[in-house]
Amino acid sequence: MIGPGHTIPFLILRRMRAPLIALVLIYAVSILGLVFIPGVGADGAPAPPMGFFHALYFVSYTATTIGFGEIPFAFSEAQRLWTIVIIYLAVVGWTYTVVTLLALIQDRGFQDALRAIRFREKVRELREPFYLVCGCGDTGMQILTALDRLDRPAVALDLQEGRVHELELMDFRRDVLALAADARSPAVLQQAGIGHPQCRGVIAVTNDDQANLAVAMTAHLLSPQARVLARTATVRVTENLVSIGIEQIINPFERFADYLVLAMREPGCYRLIDWLIGVPGTRLKQEQTPPRGDWVICGHGRFGRAIESRLREEKVSVRVVEPRTDATGKGEVTVGAGTEREILEGAGIHLAAGLVAATVDDVANLAIAVTAREVNPDLFVVIRQNSAANQVLFDAFDADLVMQPSEIIARACLAQLTTPLLMRFLQHVKRQRDHWADNVILRLRERVGEATPHIWDVRVDVAEAEAVVPWLRSQPASVRLADLLHDPRQRRESLQCEALLLLRAGKETVLPAHETTLAEGDQLLFAGATGARRLQRMILQDANVLSYVQTGRDVPGGWVWQRRGRGRARGGGATTSGSGA
Amino acid sequence: MNLEKVVFGFFIVFAATLNFGFVIGEIDNPEHHMVYELFAAIVVNLIATILKFGDRTQVGALHLATSLVADLQLIAAAMVWAYANHLAGGGITPLQMASVVSLAAGALLANAVSVILLIGETLMLRR
Repeated sequence: MIGPGHTIPFLILRRMRAPLIALVLIYAVSILGLVFIPGVGADGAPAPPMGFFHALYFVSYTATTIGFGEIPFAFSEAQRLWTIVIIYLAVVGWTYTVVTLLALIQDRGFQDALRAIRFREKVRELREPFYLVCGCGDTGMQILTALDRLDRPAVALDLQEGRVHELELMDFRRDVLALAADARSPAVLQQAGIGHPQCRGVIAVTNDDQANLAVAMTAHLLSPQARVLARTATVRVTENLVSIGIEQIINPFERFADYLVLAMREPGCYRLIDWLIGVPGTRLKQEQTPPRGDWVICGHGRFGRAIESRLREEKVSVRVVEPRTDATGKGEVTVGAGTEREILEGAGIHLAAGLVAATVDDVANLAIAVTAREVNPDLFVVIRQNSAANQVLFDAFDADLVMQPSEIIARACLAQLTTPLLMRFLQHVKRQRDHWADNVILRLRERVGEATPHIWDVRVDVAEAEAVVPWLRSQPASVRLADLLHDPRQRRESLQCEALLLLRAGKETVLPAHETTLAEGDQLLFAGATGARRLQRMILQDANVLSYVQTGRDVPGGWVWQRRGRGRARGGGATTSGSGA
Repeated sequence: MNLEKVVFGFFIVFAATLNFGFVIGEIDNPEHHMVYELFAAIVVNLIATILKFGDRTQVGALHLATSLVADLQLIAAAMVWAYANHLAGGGITPLQMASVVSLAAGALLANAVSVILLIGETLMLRR
């Protein structure tokens, strides 16, 4: 590994020691020879040898094969003999030097070192908030893509060089700084930006729980200001993370099991959550209600167990199919591969209401689902997709619910990193009833449409609401939430967005009324169309726009016009009212 | 005994002794300062410098720095000598000889620091 003190010139010099010494020696011997060997005069009489100055001059142009000839005088035979020696020595010396240099540049270790040094320098030079993603598998890629779409810089680490190259070729708006290195090493993590003052978040989503733990731990100690998110799949590692005080832990299996049960209990709530945390570009899905009848779970790994325990808590009867005989289900376990029709029938698939294909093999999961649907076409099929590469197959099968761990983690990470308020809102949704969620969906659909809404939060402070704060300070309760929901181009139109949550002094108000007056320090969560956020920012930042949406009057911008406007208002009363723009 | 240490120590001490040999004598008397010795000092100093490349320790950095200073001073001395003999014409004057030798004497100081560093380093790691 490359230590912190290494720089590129030093690496080169270190490896070039031998050829450089050889060159110095060759030059020294050549010059020394010329200085001692007598020359010859124009008349054939012996002349004194060359001085050092001429000897250095001659060797310099001969050794580099420039060859000006015998300067300053024609040589004696002895000098010519020595020149032959000089030529061969020098050519060998220079060849040795150049070959060593080329070999060094081609050397894999040297190139890796160069890449690591450049990566370190680039990370150090980052001047805006960035996120560090450890592990560029399916999950990491989705997170990086989404971060890029949100225009936030990212640094990525992965063990495999191939993944890093893939990342370089991807169609990102800004280059992701990526390095192939082991994220478990604190030195590597420091190079990648842990401890950097602008590091806002660290996302550990490698496929190795221990590595994720190591990353979370290092980030927690060295970058206390950064948010740390880690993926875990085992209980022990989760407990470790909790014990060091990291609360953002994403276990995709538990999370999906929770969602499945939520969909069973309050389908509307699930539909709302799924819509809000969806990847940009997806649409509102039809309501799906997993039935409460008997369920068959094929595969009793981590995912199968999580689903089984949550379903049992819901008093749903569950039957497990698992090829390993040491499976330790609490209820009935059928031993065998779920892909075989007899085994599925033995587990009661023809009478079951739902099926979960939960093995770690995508092809097996699809085979199980196809076989089961043949036997029982009304089955509600939940299928686990392990690799994003198999998307085409899963699209073709059209399962009722697809559980893709990488997608769940990516969505959860993004929601937590970019809009922390959204998690509070979703927690609230989980506790609500079905019809409440249906109403919210209806209300949002009217304003936003069916595409997954853009979610953003606004803090009423000088940085984010430059125009609003002075108004609130001079005249409390002078700005209402409704003012932020008008279109700044035409105030009678409303913006395509809706406020989901108001957080004031630690107290949450879900779906705040439009008449609510704002106070400094409020945090608001909005959902809306993409353009709405930009328009809303105009209201928040520009006092004239704010005044327009409040009163309908265009306030004159400059000082002279403001004076005139005031004079006119005092003299003539209402000049224009309700004439709109 | 480590051959690398022997070579390293050899070149550093050799550079200093050659340098000393050139400098000693009446400062403006060309008879007392052999140009071959200056040449040898330059070559040995260059080799000593290259040997010091790539050592990342604090002492290593200081070693390299002193060597670079010595190189610079010796090459400057050689240039003055070349100027006096080949460009100015009429052979070297006592004034020019004095400046060659004083430049070389500066290099001697740098080389002395190098030797002291070497000795200090050796004494610290008494093994």
